[in-house]
Amino acid sequence: MSLTTDDVKKVARLARLAMTETEIQAAHTQMSSIFGLIAEMQAVDTAGVAPMAHAQELGQRLREDIVCETNQRELFQSVAPQVERGLYLVPQVIE
Amino acid sequence: MINSSLKQLSSQLKARKISSVELTQLYLDRINQFNPDLNAYITLNAETSLAQARDADARLAQGKGEVLTGIPFAQKDIFCAKGWRTTCGSKMLETFISPYDAHVISQFNEAGAVNLGKTNMDEFAMGSSNETSYFGKVKNPWNRNAVPGGSSGGTAAAVAGRLCAAATGTDTGGSIRQPAALCGISGLKPTYGVVSRYGMIAFASSLDQAGPMARSAEDLALMMNVMAGFDKRDSTSLQRDKEDYTRSLEQPLKGLRIGLPKEFFGEGLSADVGKAVEAAIAEYKKLGATIVDISLPNSRLSIPVYYVLAPAEASSNLSRFDGVRYGHRAKEYGDLAEMYEKSRSEGFGEEVKRRIMIGTYVLSHGYYDAYYLKAQKIRRLIAQDFVEAYKHCDVIMGPTSPTTAFNLGEKGDDPVQMYLSDIYTIAVNLAGLPGMSIPCGFGAKGMPVGLQIIGNYFDEARMLNVAHQYQLATDHHTRAPQQIAL
Repeated sequence: MSLTTDDVKKVARLARLAMTETEIQAAHTQMSSIFGLIAEMQAVDTAGVAPMAHAQELGQRLREDIVCETNQRELFQSVAPQVERGLYLVPQVIE
Repeated sequence: MINSSLKQLSSQLKARKISSVELTQLYLDRINQFNPDLNAYITLNAETSLAQARDADARLAQGKGEVLTGIPFAQKDIFCAKGWRTTCGSKMLETFISPYDAHVISQFNEAGAVNLGKTNMDEFAMGSSNETSYFGKVKNPWNRNAVPGGSSGGTAAAVAGRLCAAATGTDTGGSIRQPAALCGISGLKPTYGVVSRYGMIAFASSLDQAGPMARSAEDLALMMNVMAGFDKRDSTSLQRDKEDYTRSLEQPLKGLRIGLPKEFFGEGLSADVGKAVEAAIAEYKKLGATIVDISLPNSRLSIPVYYVLAPAEASSNLSRFDGVRYGHRAKEYGDLAEMYEKSRSEGFGEEVKRRIMIGTYVLSHGYYDAYYLKAQKIRRLIAQDFVEAYKHCDVIMGPTSPTTAFNLGEKGDDPVQMYLSDIYTIAVNLAGLPGMSIPCGFGAKGMPVGLQIIGNYFDEARMLNVAHQYQLATDHHTRAPQQIAL
């Protein structure tokens, strides 16, 4: 399957990346070349092979549901672009 | 002093023959002298480094010094360090001052080590030449027109240029081993899960692993003793007994079975690299090792598999950079969607955007099975090749990189050409195995060649033994770039 510029535009939107028409064209060329490389996978017979998600076959470690972190809101918010009264500020989303 | 091993520095510090402040100042002076050209460091903070050195001296004076107490290390700028600017090589984090320490950083702090500064790297560790850093290219100390490799290129250049005693790196597809090879130093990527990823800015979480980069295997072993260990804050950190990675350094190699995968010596391997690696194998035979021919038939698929899985994980990990809680936010925007899009487009560089796009695409509806699931299945085939191989050998050896360091700008605008430079390293990450690179001579242009040693799971101590014995018998690892190491 070949990648179209519309695919690239859609992906940019999904990934929340603003791109100019020139950037879309360049991305299309380079992504097509990368998918050319990736296409080699399709010839491999993987019938009956279980997908490997992780290097170590581990279950998720669980712990008691207790408070174990101290509140460091001021410290963590000190690196935020915009905060007010302990809240992160973003453009209005609800009318 | 700048060519001393960590062990030598440690005994000098403990004997109070040199102070940590003096040693730290020595390296800071060297950094002032050489870093404007090499660009190995992104951020320095001399006052903080010297304050740590004074604390270390006080500790040493009380006789409470540990092995690494007072020794100045550089930290890859992917590790969050409290109070330090931590950029991950990206404009996105240009002004980010970390409010906390990564596990690796706190381990070095507890050991009393000095943090000399944060080293340059490919943006978000995505690259093999250090050319994608927002903070500029790093030059290879052996030839200023050549790349240092990547993504831990700043670390490799700093270690090779004697701008620190040793340093940390991270390796997702070869990012410790390839720059170690290209800069003529030693580097170890441990088994996945041995070093905590807490506070290490995530690229591809199922592959990322931190490790030491230094001038000898013995130095790597001493650093592993500090870096490795269980950490409950990393959900994939492994609960294992504490190891002494120096324990078997002195064992003879007689009877060692070295597997040579035929796929690592075929087309694409440059002649000078092949020659240096073959000479190293011959040296191992002299040390008592036997050679076993093996095959890793699916290893050629590691690049396509990696360039599906790593971008998929990256697209998910990097979605946290939204301009809301930390990182770059665009100056002008209308609604929330525009704020996200402009902040991310301005904050991320070309290669990062490309990988986010690839990842988003392969995870999107209709393509998931054909790309992501298919890649995960082949990942298992690649890992099984190693399981089969280790029935017949103890370690696997081959080249780390198909060529010596290429020139800055040489791979140009073709990402695929760049990706192919990791052909021998990626399979190790996919399988989760430990891998290392040690210097094994020089290529046609006088540039360093790296020998890759791949071990079975949790076999780091044996790999370090295998590397150390070679380094006792040879002197490639002691060579230093002229003009820099005096």
